[in-house]
Amino acid sequence: MTTISTAYSASIFDVERFRRDFPILQREVYGRPLVYLDNGATTQKPLPVLQTIERFHNQINANIHRGVHRLSAESTEEYERARATVQSYINAKHSHEVIFTAGATASINLVANAFGDAFVHQGDEIIVSEMEHHSNLVPWQMLCQRKGAHLRVWRFNDQGELNLDQLATLMGKRTKLLAITHVSNTLGTVNPIAKAIQIAHEHGVAVMVDGAQGIKHGKVDVQHLDADFYAFSGHKIYGPTGIGVLYGKEQWLSQMPPWQGGGDMVATVTLERTTYNELPFKFEAGTSNYIGAAGLAAALDYYSAVGPDAATAHEEQLLRYATQQLQTIEGVRIIGNAEHKTAIVSFVQQGVHPYDTGMILDKMGVAVRTGNHCTQPTVDHFGLPGTVRASFAFYNTMAEVDRLVEAVQRAKQMTA
Amino acid sequence: MTINDIQNSIIDEFGVFDDWMDRYQQLIDMGRELPPIDAKHRTEQYLIQGCQSKVWLDAELTDEGTVRFTADSDAIITKGIVALLVRVLSGQKPQDILDAELYFIDRIGLRENLSPTRSNGLLAMVKQMRMYAMAFQAKMS
Repeated sequence: MTTISTAYSASIFDVERFRRDFPILQREVYGRPLVYLDNGATTQKPLPVLQTIERFHNQINANIHRGVHRLSAESTEEYERARATVQSYINAKHSHEVIFTAGATASINLVANAFGDAFVHQGDEIIVSEMEHHSNLVPWQMLCQRKGAHLRVWRFNDQGELNLDQLATLMGKRTKLLAITHVSNTLGTVNPIAKAIQIAHEHGVAVMVDGAQGIKHGKVDVQHLDADFYAFSGHKIYGPTGIGVLYGKEQWLSQMPPWQGGGDMVATVTLERTTYNELPFKFEAGTSNYIGAAGLAAALDYYSAVGPDAATAHEEQLLRYATQQLQTIEGVRIIGNAEHKTAIVSFVQQGVHPYDTGMILDKMGVAVRTGNHCTQPTVDHFGLPGTVRASFAFYNTMAEVDRLVEAVQRAKQMTA
Repeated sequence: MTINDIQNSIIDEFGVFDDWMDRYQQLIDMGRELPPIDAKHRTEQYLIQGCQSKVWLDAELTDEGTVRFTADSDAIITKGIVALLVRVLSGQKPQDILDAELYFIDRIGLRENLSPTRSNGLLAMVKQMRMYAMAFQAKMS
């Protein structure tokens, strides 16, 4: 069954056609065609996104929500249409459950501050997984420090998998929130978040999902997941930088105090007292990145047209092929071998520092990331100085996997 | 040889390479030839913290009034660049080190390694070498 559906999707998934939508993929580096395998850090932008941004600047630009003039009305309309696009893409129940932020990091910090202020008190507990990006770890450490709360850690095994049975044992009477990543940016593990959320809810614990990587792994349905919060960045799903989303259930958002104060988030202001605007504006202080929001909506529309399921199936083929080919090179060890993985391959080469591998790959036109990938505890788990990480997007090809493998072999020869 | 004499001969040596891979191979070979730093100096105290690769540096003032640098790195390409810096600045007088303009890095195409975007500790290493020179200079005068 799996084989048939994979073969089918491969036959209709026209990578070369999609690649033409991404101007940057045509460029060369050091005289070689660029092989861009750093999609976990940021994805490239297709023409419809670039054109949306340009058109907005050239035709519409005006500040939203406050002007009496035509452009401001159009600008506001585009911004709110973008919100509706995000709502529909992630299947949020209400559009006011979609808060625009600067990115996933800002989204998580918003929750750590606003939810933390309202619901986390001295002696309470917050659970994080051991594989969190620093963005979904440090804000909770800071909250715990502020409130005198405790951080508990859900460890993963050497395959890079979290065990659901352990989660229940971490839950206590004082547990207030579970912060967990949908997909590990270093190990590629796709976590069983639907089940984790179910377990958390059985214990009355809210769940913050870091969807920075998860948003581009197939379709995300926040109602189906029953997530309390889901955060992601536009630039990791083929949209612009500087725009992100916090999805939050209305029941939480309405009870949370505003985080940042400023324009647009207020209803009435006197020198003595301020009342706050309604959702979602309560959490969008200051001038929003409305052009970024429109760009993000264009990216989601584009990705929907490509087909998240077909894109993911293609990426899974890249993952399988890359894993298999890299393992043929003596001394290469893949870090993160979870059963459910997204197209992220972290590896180390025996006797070669990841930084050296990365430098040599770079000069061969292959862009990867090396180091701890902002997940120091994850890399520490394996006692490594870092890894080399190849992260794929649907516009990558099997031939590019070959270029990666060839470059890794070359790095081995040069440093052996 | 003066600092600039050494820089110029390095530029000549790298001039023969028009391929990046050859340049890197040369760096790797130079890294291998660099005498390893004394194990007792491969510690936190001598560590120059880069984000990804580590660099260790030690310096002493010789009786001739010159500075002797020893250095090491856990990444071989970084170590190659470290070896070049040691070759250029070791055995020189503190004042000459302070006055030196290290143009060879740029001329052999490795400038990106000394930019803040490359978190390999090399920029910090050059600073640290100058700090040593400054301290020795103060001690001598």
